[in-house]
Amino acid sequence: MPPPLLRVAALGKSYATAAGPFAALGGIDLSIEAGEFVAIMGQSGSGKSTLMNVLGCLDTPTSGDYFLLGRNVAHLGHDELAALRNRSIGFVFQGFNLLQRMTLTDNVALPLVYAGVERAQRRLRAQQALDRVGLAGYFDSLPSRISGGQQQRVAIARAVVNSPALILADEPTGNLDSHTSEEIMDLFSELNRAGITIVLVTHEADIAAYARRQVRFLDGLIVSDVATAARAPGEC
Amino acid sequence: MLKAMLGEAWQAMGANRMRTALTMLGMVIGVGSVVLMMAIGQGAQYAVAQTISTMGSNLYIVISGSTSSGGLRSGGGGGPSLNVADAEAIAQLDGVSHVAPVHQGRQQLVHGANNWSATVVGTTPAYFDARAWAVTNGYLFGDSDLRSATRVALIGQTTAANLFGSDDPVGKTIRIQQSPFLVIGVLAKKGQNLDGRDQDDTVIVPLSTAQRKVFGTPFPGSVRVMLVQAVSAEAMPGVETSMIALLRQRHRLRAGQDNDFYVRNLTAAADSAAETTRVMSLLLGAIASVSLLVGGIGIMNIMLVSVTERTREIGIRMAIGARQTDIRSQFLLEALMISIAGCLIGLLLGIGGALLINAISDMVIVISGGSVLVAFGVAAGIGIFFGFYPARRAAALDPIEALRHQ
Repeated sequence: MPPPLLRVAALGKSYATAAGPFAALGGIDLSIEAGEFVAIMGQSGSGKSTLMNVLGCLDTPTSGDYFLLGRNVAHLGHDELAALRNRSIGFVFQGFNLLQRMTLTDNVALPLVYAGVERAQRRLRAQQALDRVGLAGYFDSLPSRISGGQQQRVAIARAVVNSPALILADEPTGNLDSHTSEEIMDLFSELNRAGITIVLVTHEADIAAYARRQVRFLDGLIVSDVATAARAPGEC
Repeated sequence: MLKAMLGEAWQAMGANRMRTALTMLGMVIGVGSVVLMMAIGQGAQYAVAQTISTMGSNLYIVISGSTSSGGLRSGGGGGPSLNVADAEAIAQLDGVSHVAPVHQGRQQLVHGANNWSATVVGTTPAYFDARAWAVTNGYLFGDSDLRSATRVALIGQTTAANLFGSDDPVGKTIRIQQSPFLVIGVLAKKGQNLDGRDQDDTVIVPLSTAQRKVFGTPFPGSVRVMLVQAVSAEAMPGVETSMIALLRQRHRLRAGQDNDFYVRNLTAAADSAAETTRVMSLLLGAIASVSLLVGGIGIMNIMLVSVTERTREIGIRMAIGARQTDIRSQFLLEALMISIAGCLIGLLLGIGGALLINAISDMVIVISGGSVLVAFGVAAGIGIFFGFYPARRAAALDPIEALRHQ
């Protein structure tokens, strides 16, 4: 059996607060295989965002181990974490987080700048990624000129442009109406079918229903971890 | 990578044009004033150096002592304590290159219908060597003129212009104190001396002729003033000591008795004038540098504001793989671009201002490549120095916090 894409073991994260240490993650074990589509659910404060930050190499745990692509990355330095975020992970945020001054092509190409890809290649790959999310006609538009759903598509294009092994999406439909949400989720499903592993944080059951596995958090611990039937695209 | 970052820095500068322009203005004013002030300071130094070089180098002036008659003291140069023989003896000392006894005074000069008052200098040919003074037209008088007290005169350019207009004075006759003098040469232009006196408003005649025909003296052979030139600046202290000892011996002064003459170091006086302008030019530069510093602080201020405003952008960049060095370089590059752009505009304005001053006034302005380079280097240094702290703050942001920032 090949090693899982990612595995966390006894992962703990605590913060010092005025009322003493607060454990956001109480020592969790979780393993995700390549090609999975996982929804992480739970109320706010349940620890799911903390887990996402650790999985996304934005934060380091206070205890336990995190193996990504067979390598323990729990305690790497800033630059190595940055390199992992650049090459192995793609982020999609609730608020899109595009740079407003730049064209869509430049926004999507930005991870490639930090990867050291040369300019002509950057443009080509960025435009291919935009094409893949259905924004072929908007290469030189500014983010402020397009709709929220389109902006989220740009963010997804930016997440996949450097061919990451893993996409982390934090409430990607939180700012979108239900129709647009469906389009975005269909896009995620399509990427997943193409082989990209997707981990999605949401508190909406119908969004989580797109995933084939649902992990539920409560008070920094996993309370359930079930496989579900993937919902067919377009089904309500 | 660098090209992409330059492009982004350009974009960031363009995103807030007014603010970028005002920040740049600080550098523009700083660099402009440094360049302008240094040009003025160096111009003043140049002007003083020019004036000093017209005086002659390594010079001492020896002045006869004062006399007192009936309680009335004459002041320096009043007494007959120095004479031509003293001058000849000093000329034999080691390290002395030229000694020129001088007897001078203002006299009315007449040529035809014109008359003019100028300084008449009676001296020996050594005077022209000591003061490095050449003729542009005609020739100098020599020792034989001195011996036979011929009535020949060399005429300065100002005097020549006032007496002769545009005519060539050489070969013409002027009258001083009723005596006719043949003008044998016109002296090269020297301009003002350190006191601001016109050195070209003068007539130079042989010392013997001056004493007999112009000034008349009850003590023939005595002079009030001598110019003594040393062979080099290093030789000057030795010359001063041996010259004083020699004069004391010749004047039979006992130990403890005061000198009956004064020795002044003209070069030292010139050096102090040069030093004064050097200090002035340093001071101008220092004051201008303060504005450069203020410009630098302006850059730091704006960069700090920019880092705060763009915290979320920094978070996004970090999330998609920017290393701390990438963020730091980006902000450093922006600071550097603002300061270098400001510096270039400042250079142009500073040089333009200097040329303008040069054009509308007769002030000497010297723009040296060195001062331009220094201003440019300092501006780039300021960009790095004042950009570094904001850039480091940006790079040290926690990506999670930065992403949450509204």
